[in-house]
Amino acid sequence: TKCVHLSPVSLSEVTATSRHYVDRLFDPDPQKVLQGVIDMKNAVIGNNKQKANLIVLGAVPRLLYLLQQGSSSSELRAECAVVLGSLAMGTENNIKSLVDCHIIPALLQGLLCPDLIFIEACLRCLRTVFISPVTPVQLLYTDPTVIPHLMSLLCRSQRTQEYITQIFSHCCKTPEHQTVLFNHGAIQNIAPLLISPSYKVRMQALKCFSVLAYENTQVSMTLVNVLVDEELLSQVFVRMMQRDQPIDMQLTAAKCLTYMCRAGAIRTDDSCIVLKTLPCLVRMCSKERLLEERVEGAETLAYLMEPDVELQRIASVTDHLVAMLADYFKYPSSVSAITDIKRLDHDLKHAHELRQAAFKLYASLGSNDEDIRKKITETENMMDRIVSGLSESSVKVRLAAVRCLHSLSRSVQQLRTSFHDHAVWKPLMKLLQNAPDEVLVMASSTLCNLLLEFSPSKEPILESGVIELLCSLTQSDSPALRVNGIWALMNMAFQADQKVKGEIVRALGTEQLFRLLSDPDSNVLMKTLGLLRNLLSTRPHIDQVMSSHGKQIMQAVTLILEGEHSIEVKEQTLCILANIADGNTAKELIMTNDDILQKIKYYMAHSNVKLQLAATFCISNLIWNEEDGSQERQDKLRELGFVDILHKLTQASDPNLCDRSDTATHTSLPLSFSFSLHKTDAHKHAHCVVGY
Amino acid sequence: MDAMAELGAGSLLLGDPAFNYQEHELNERLKRLYPAVNEDETPLPRSWSPKDKYSYIGLSQNNLRVHYKGHGKNHKDAASVRATHPIPAACGIYYFEVKIVSKGLDFLSSLLPLSPILGWDKHSYGYHGDDGHSFCSSGTGQPYGPTFTTGDVIGCCVNLINNTCFYTKNGISLGVAFTDLPPNLYPTVGLQTPGEIVDANFGQQPFVFDIEDYMSEWRAKIHGMIARFPIGERLGEWQAVLQNMVSTYLVHHGYCATATAFARATETLIQEDQTSIKNRQRIQKLVLAGRVGEAIEATQHLYPGLLEHNPNLLFMLKCRQFVEMVNGTDSEVRCFSVRSPKSQDSYPGSPSLSPRHGATNPNLHSAGADSPTCSNGVTPPNKNKSHNKYPGISSASSSSSSSPSSVNYSESNSTDSTKSQPHSGTSNQEETRCVASDSEMEIEAEHYTNGVAENPSARIMNGTYKHQEILQAQDISLEDSCASRQLCGGNQAATERMIQFGRELQGLNEQLCREYGKNVTHKKMLQDAFSLLAYSDPWNCPVGQQLDPMQRENICSALNSAILESQNLPKQPPLMLALGQATECVQLMARVRSGSCSFARVDNFLH
Repeated sequence: TKCVHLSPVSLSEVTATSRHYVDRLFDPDPQKVLQGVIDMKNAVIGNNKQKANLIVLGAVPRLLYLLQQGSSSSELRAECAVVLGSLAMGTENNIKSLVDCHIIPALLQGLLCPDLIFIEACLRCLRTVFISPVTPVQLLYTDPTVIPHLMSLLCRSQRTQEYITQIFSHCCKTPEHQTVLFNHGAIQNIAPLLISPSYKVRMQALKCFSVLAYENTQVSMTLVNVLVDEELLSQVFVRMMQRDQPIDMQLTAAKCLTYMCRAGAIRTDDSCIVLKTLPCLVRMCSKERLLEERVEGAETLAYLMEPDVELQRIASVTDHLVAMLADYFKYPSSVSAITDIKRLDHDLKHAHELRQAAFKLYASLGSNDEDIRKKITETENMMDRIVSGLSESSVKVRLAAVRCLHSLSRSVQQLRTSFHDHAVWKPLMKLLQNAPDEVLVMASSTLCNLLLEFSPSKEPILESGVIELLCSLTQSDSPALRVNGIWALMNMAFQADQKVKGEIVRALGTEQLFRLLSDPDSNVLMKTLGLLRNLLSTRPHIDQVMSSHGKQIMQAVTLILEGEHSIEVKEQTLCILANIADGNTAKELIMTNDDILQKIKYYMAHSNVKLQLAATFCISNLIWNEEDGSQERQDKLRELGFVDILHKLTQASDPNLCDRSDTATHTSLPLSFSFSLHKTDAHKHAHCVVGY
Repeated sequence: MDAMAELGAGSLLLGDPAFNYQEHELNERLKRLYPAVNEDETPLPRSWSPKDKYSYIGLSQNNLRVHYKGHGKNHKDAASVRATHPIPAACGIYYFEVKIVSKGLDFLSSLLPLSPILGWDKHSYGYHGDDGHSFCSSGTGQPYGPTFTTGDVIGCCVNLINNTCFYTKNGISLGVAFTDLPPNLYPTVGLQTPGEIVDANFGQQPFVFDIEDYMSEWRAKIHGMIARFPIGERLGEWQAVLQNMVSTYLVHHGYCATATAFARATETLIQEDQTSIKNRQRIQKLVLAGRVGEAIEATQHLYPGLLEHNPNLLFMLKCRQFVEMVNGTDSEVRCFSVRSPKSQDSYPGSPSLSPRHGATNPNLHSAGADSPTCSNGVTPPNKNKSHNKYPGISSASSSSSSSPSSVNYSESNSTDSTKSQPHSGTSNQEETRCVASDSEMEIEAEHYTNGVAENPSARIMNGTYKHQEILQAQDISLEDSCASRQLCGGNQAATERMIQFGRELQGLNEQLCREYGKNVTHKKMLQDAFSLLAYSDPWNCPVGQQLDPMQRENICSALNSAILESQNLPKQPPLMLALGQATECVQLMARVRSGSCSFARVDNFLH
């Protein structure tokens, strides 16, 4: 009972002292108010409890009132801003309360005052508020006069420079923000700060450039031409990456150059990228760096070299990077668990981030070069790590792991060996059952590659009931998922036996198949046509499919040939016709359809050689000598004037076409012509998958 | 064939301007990269050695190009060549590059950049181009890096701080190849197939890899290590030690008022009493003003027996007094002078009064004795003789007594702002205090009236200042005196007095010889001093340097040390001892092959 009795007393005592501070703000004597604010300032420094009390007791509106009053002395106004800045330094709840009291517009208004000390106090408080994750950054852009005014304040003092650039770098989150800042001369205004005598100013200015340049071509293209004290900005960044500079500065400068490079403003073979930025980022991945730095370094490096195989090759031999990354998986280390709880906590917090960063970097490293992929898979326990990464609780790690797996799955050799040995398809299938869309996209992409005909994983995947899953993907709202679903089905259908093909058709349903043939996404359409072609291969299959779905297929083909489609789509469609023409009974569906025959004739005279070639294949199959009824078909086609066209084509400039039409006129086509054509084309698809 | 190659190299050596330029570039670059290396002790590799090579190896282009001229049928035909010298540990970080000019017929090129003995076998370390493997002390190779071929530039960096090595390919670091390397490695290259040609770059050209950037990281690391060196629980002690060092330094050089103020502020005690400090200060000022006779008198008066017990010192002083007589500054001759001794009595700004370090003296970084002024308040006894940058310091730890300890005097600062009022009075010492225009430092200007009406205020600068300023000051003072510079101030009586003094000096020398045996140093000193009389213009003669006021500093410091010693006080301030100790340690580190010495140079820390 003693305790119960005591605590309300002490609480009310605390509130009483806090109350006294607030009361003094209402004193009629301005001198006493000033003294009250100063005392309050000294009372709240480093005292979160006191800060919370004062906020609860309503100090903030009063301070804001005093700060905005024209009658207040400039000293009082400045002290008010200082106290508010101190309150903002507390907890996130404090920030929320301050923002709710409309502190931001009040402080922004305060910046119009000429008094520098007051401006600095306002900016300091604004900085603290804006760098908090709970503050909506949009508040900076509500009033369009704010950004230009902040730009004009940059020349006032080192403090205004530091605070304003810090606000900018935290509040530039979207391309729109980048454009607003850019349009108000951010680059010209901030560039000179890169050589400021103050480290803090240099650092914040640098951070500004990194957020401004990120995925922004306009900013990046402008940056490369900027001179700072007669030196190119890229050279200034290079100097900031020197090894004796603080790590934070090296890393941020490397980010700036990375973003400029990715935006196309600096060539990937520029020495400042190859000899400076890339090695700097590799250094950031080393064991000597802090865990946070290693994460950022690896992510930035992955981003830098993603599109460039030469950079990937260089990075793969720089400072044993591939082996260095293996260390990212060793957190929390067994040693730290025993010796140091704090360290363990730190390790645990960063373990996920480290793993996902390493997976990302491996994915980027291995996206093109077969030797690098080999090197990665040969790294200690690499495949096991990926496999366990696929089932981690953190979505970020799962995504990165599957990205890595996808990158490695582009290797025929790896698909045949390590992928099969580690049965990666199992966790992959599990991942596909229930995952966010972005993970699904990557996972299904990887699955496409695992379903290639030479992949030993194809069989077990088929047995695991993947068809239903893929069919459901084709119904997704996301075009990427639809593409991957149909793509995987297409790969699966390639050279598959009748049973699998039947299952695909059954599971997908003809309705869905034809819906996909009118999909707005041309990629989906292409892959659906590819699937159709793979289903329509080998004579018995062709006849079987056509006998059950002939009518719809012919309709769909007609529609596509009539519609506005790319050359590739039309070529693919003509190839389907060529396959149909190879069937025994199926060819009649063409021979009896004058509309289609006219279309084939039209494409034989098309200006595009590929389309001419595909149409000619189709005719060749129809007039093939050794089959029943070939004479009748030849007669009919002669009637329709095909022979003249073929004769014309024999004089064509394209040797391929010339050859085909030649064989067609002499009706001595190679055996199973459609099959071989089909096969090569399917391979083209297979490699498309690999290169995706 | 070897001979031909070498001959070719020899002819190139002579008078080829391009080569001279390259040589110059090389020297500049090596000096910049390895400032801590003393090439007299440990020369740097500059080319392949025509002596240490297999016969299958041919050298050309100043022994930088290597080509293979054997059969190249199997591994036994492999041949290598090493550089002229091993890598000195004082490099800290050493780097060289090799460009593959031609890869040869098959893919069996290899590079063995390090090898204490010639060959492929024991203790050699290499990176092979055909398979990208690294080879360490024979045996099988380890997968290391990419393969390399014609056009590639392969670099090798030896880190003598942690004894590791990494290679570079076209400016990209391939990561550590070897650890726990032994000392004294030679840059080496090995070839195995006919047609193979490689060019070495030991610094003749800019490197493809940015080695200076790599070095800067290690410099920062080591500086950080020093800055963060744990002193544990001795933190409080630490401050006391530092205060003591500052205080004793001030006392040693007689900065009496500053020392008192410092002691007051830090609440420390000064061991020596004020009078003693002031006495020493006074004597030092006399010597520095060139009034050695008075200085001797004062010493004999204040410290009876001191000079009697130090006949060598007395002789040195007397010799100096003779020189000053020639100069016209010693009071024994000056009293004859009718004209105002304005130009002579002003001590024209000794450039080595207070410690001046690296930042203000660019010459400091170059080893050798090209600097007429020197840091740490130590003046080399003779600029031609001095081999050591810190003669005073080295004497502290190497117990050689060749050079006197440091000299430092202060009376007033700034050359022209000090206008000490010519107080005439009977008192021997009178203190005037004034404050320099731009410094708050306390200044004591003292005046001596020895019955001679004059303005004896010596112009002695204090603090740090730029080299140029000093030279200027000297130029001005020389110009001043040039017109009227005559033997003994041009006074006949004075000249006679000088000659008489010379005889006395000769007598003293003979007396010393009888008592202590012949002394070569004395003989030389005397000869030099007397030689001045052989020239019509002693100031512009081969021995004229003796007349330079800067020459007073050594004797002044020797006298100061002797006085301190006689009072049972340390003849060197602990600060200088510590500095000397540190410098010597760093040099010792180089000798025991601790590479970090190159980035822990004492002058890096003196500002």
